[in-house]
Amino acid sequence: MQESAKQKATIPFWRDERILNILGQVVFIIGFFLIASLIYQNMKAGLAKQGITLSYGFLQGISGFDISETLRPYSRTSSYWQAYQVGLLNTLTVSIVGVIASTIFGVILGVARLSTNFLINRLAAFYLELIRNLSLLVFLIFWYLGVFLKLPKVREAVIWPGSIYLTNRGVGIPWGLPAESYPTFRLILIVGFILALGVFFLLRSYSRRTGRAPLTILWTFLTFTIVALAGWFVMPEKPLLFDAPVIEGLNMTGGKVLSPEFMALTSGLVLYTSAFIGEVVRSGILSVSKGQVEAARALGLNGFQTLQLIVFPQALRVIIPPLTSQYLNLIKNSSLAIAVGYPDVFYISNTIQNQSGRAVEMISMVMLTYLMFSLVTSVFMNWYNQRIKLVER
Amino acid sequence: MTQANSVLPPLAERSGILRWLRKNLFGSWLDAALTIIGAIIIYWAIKGFLTWAFTVAEWEVISANMRLIMIGQYPLEQVGQLWIALGFLMFLTGNSLAIWARKSYFTTILLLASPALLALLPFGDDPRKWLIILSVTGVIGWGMGWSKPEALGRIVILGWVLSLPVFILLTRGFTPEDGIMPIVGTNLWGGLLLTFLLTVVGILFSFPLGVLLALGRRSELPVIRLASITYIELVRGVPLITILFMAQLMLPLFLPPNVTIDRVLRAMVGITLFSAAYLAENVRGGLQAIPKGQFEAAQALGLNGAQTMVFIILPQALRLIIPILVGQFIAVFKDTALVAIVGLFDLVGIAKTVLAQPDFLGLQREVYVFISLIYWVLSYGMSYLSQRLEEKLGVGKR
Repeated sequence: MQESAKQKATIPFWRDERILNILGQVVFIIGFFLIASLIYQNMKAGLAKQGITLSYGFLQGISGFDISETLRPYSRTSSYWQAYQVGLLNTLTVSIVGVIASTIFGVILGVARLSTNFLINRLAAFYLELIRNLSLLVFLIFWYLGVFLKLPKVREAVIWPGSIYLTNRGVGIPWGLPAESYPTFRLILIVGFILALGVFFLLRSYSRRTGRAPLTILWTFLTFTIVALAGWFVMPEKPLLFDAPVIEGLNMTGGKVLSPEFMALTSGLVLYTSAFIGEVVRSGILSVSKGQVEAARALGLNGFQTLQLIVFPQALRVIIPPLTSQYLNLIKNSSLAIAVGYPDVFYISNTIQNQSGRAVEMISMVMLTYLMFSLVTSVFMNWYNQRIKLVER
Repeated sequence: MTQANSVLPPLAERSGILRWLRKNLFGSWLDAALTIIGAIIIYWAIKGFLTWAFTVAEWEVISANMRLIMIGQYPLEQVGQLWIALGFLMFLTGNSLAIWARKSYFTTILLLASPALLALLPFGDDPRKWLIILSVTGVIGWGMGWSKPEALGRIVILGWVLSLPVFILLTRGFTPEDGIMPIVGTNLWGGLLLTFLLTVVGILFSFPLGVLLALGRRSELPVIRLASITYIELVRGVPLITILFMAQLMLPLFLPPNVTIDRVLRAMVGITLFSAAYLAENVRGGLQAIPKGQFEAAQALGLNGAQTMVFIILPQALRLIIPILVGQFIAVFKDTALVAIVGLFDLVGIAKTVLAQPDFLGLQREVYVFISLIYWVLSYGMSYLSQRLEEKLGVGKR
């Protein structure tokens, strides 16, 4: 009697959920490794047929191709690895320029979309609707083939005020050339930066202690500007020579020439991403309740103070997470450079892979690179998000 | 006498237009300046665009290549199959609108009349005839749905389930060379047709995968959860183009040597795998929004874990995120453009073919503006229609 009752109380193992769960996971792991090893075997056999064994040693080989835009010394006798680094730097350049420009433009759009001015409001809304329903790839190709390559020839260049030359060979802008005294000036700039940081922290701790709100950002900025200007005029000769582009025959010389590929990629990415950032900013500002603004006014804060101290800090909390994903999108979308021929990391890796036939290695390397970019960006933005988070008591 | 209305506003504000202008455009000096700058920008942009569109642009490149842009190199003598497939979809649309969206007249008219409206454009006689037939089919479908809504409901759902296989079967053909519908290789599929198929296949197949991944991510089993999280985060961390390249170059390596899959299918696999990770995150959002009481109530009723998910949680969660899913659908539609980079002739890829013709050299602006227009109209149309239908049907509200 007792034994049968005991048997009834224990569930048979094939119906015991705990055992089933563990069993299920074991089966999953075994299945996963079976499939993975099958894929690996197939791949190895396939590669062996092509006479390739998996290894990254080929990266030391000579690349043998040219790259149109390089930020570090590179020639066709450099190695694949050096070519890859060139691409990495180009991707970084586009990403940083893109993130900064699209943030500025996006904030302007978001604020314009909330403007009480009917015309500005509608204009921003039209822009957002227009851009958000386009395909980024078509947009980029349009900017490249339809705008920057359609600019006039160098001889008939369109010249904008401020010596900006628009030609189909690129956009020439004035650029500073470092003179002999430049290293000293750079030292002064660094000192100014440190001083400005000092002012920033001093003023902030002052505001924390006393509860007053000095114009921290303004003073920080002013400190740096004053030091920089003082350095500029104290120097016996000008540390930077102003160098405007000049047309000489069929070419542009001097200044800095931004290639059509770079211009198309960055302008396309910035215009596209800023539309999404504009929406993010708008929803962030709308999330701050009207009572907050009214309360700030009742406390006697003026318009600027209300924005700086009340609205933006609260809106930022809502804005940061979606803004992060927009930044990540921009970085990932910069891989579309291949469509306009800008040598970013993906474009270069594709060239390397065509040259060397190492598809598996290059694709895995590129994926890892983008994963690293994504990881670093999200870690930084999460850290920032933690910092500005509401401190709850 | 003490009525507030008896005090008239100042003379300058009495007129409606003046008051509106002052309030909305010239409230302050800054406002006025912004208005003037805005007006200049608008004038400049509109004038520039119109001058280009009507005097400079050569639109023959579009009208001469309409067929390429729409269907790529698809054989001319078999285009009828595509129209029949479209007619089938149109018929189903008419049916469904009459059954489930009876009161949204505007949407119905817009959808059913759109082919007939397209027929007004210069497409040539044959497409025009077919476009009008499409509209008529839609109206017939609508009429049938209107007269017998209850009886047809299930059949229409079955029709939608079968629509993709039917569409692909009709596009591909199924008889050998000399039959009525010879097989058309996927290398001949192109233009909007290919974009459409990639989008639909991508979203349909990524849906179950995405739901599974979302469930996996919320699972209590550590191995399953870890695997799901790894997959989702890995895919979301890399650009789509790398996944498409992987599908093109590495997928054939992964498979046994005797198995070959063609390039279109590889692209479909890539898009599906990519979209599934994003969809999983959307579904997870929906799952998180379901209150815990629903789980407890289901358990109290004696449902087991799988039953709870399938009958209680998922229907509510998916209903909640329908607007987000529409957004995802549009995103996939826009993303399919990237298959042009791996060498398929979709809407973007075919543009290169069009521009390579000696007659139409240097007309990049016209071609890419037109393609952008197609993307814009379809994306905007989808989001607009879905918003209207959501309002009418109360989707997304509980």
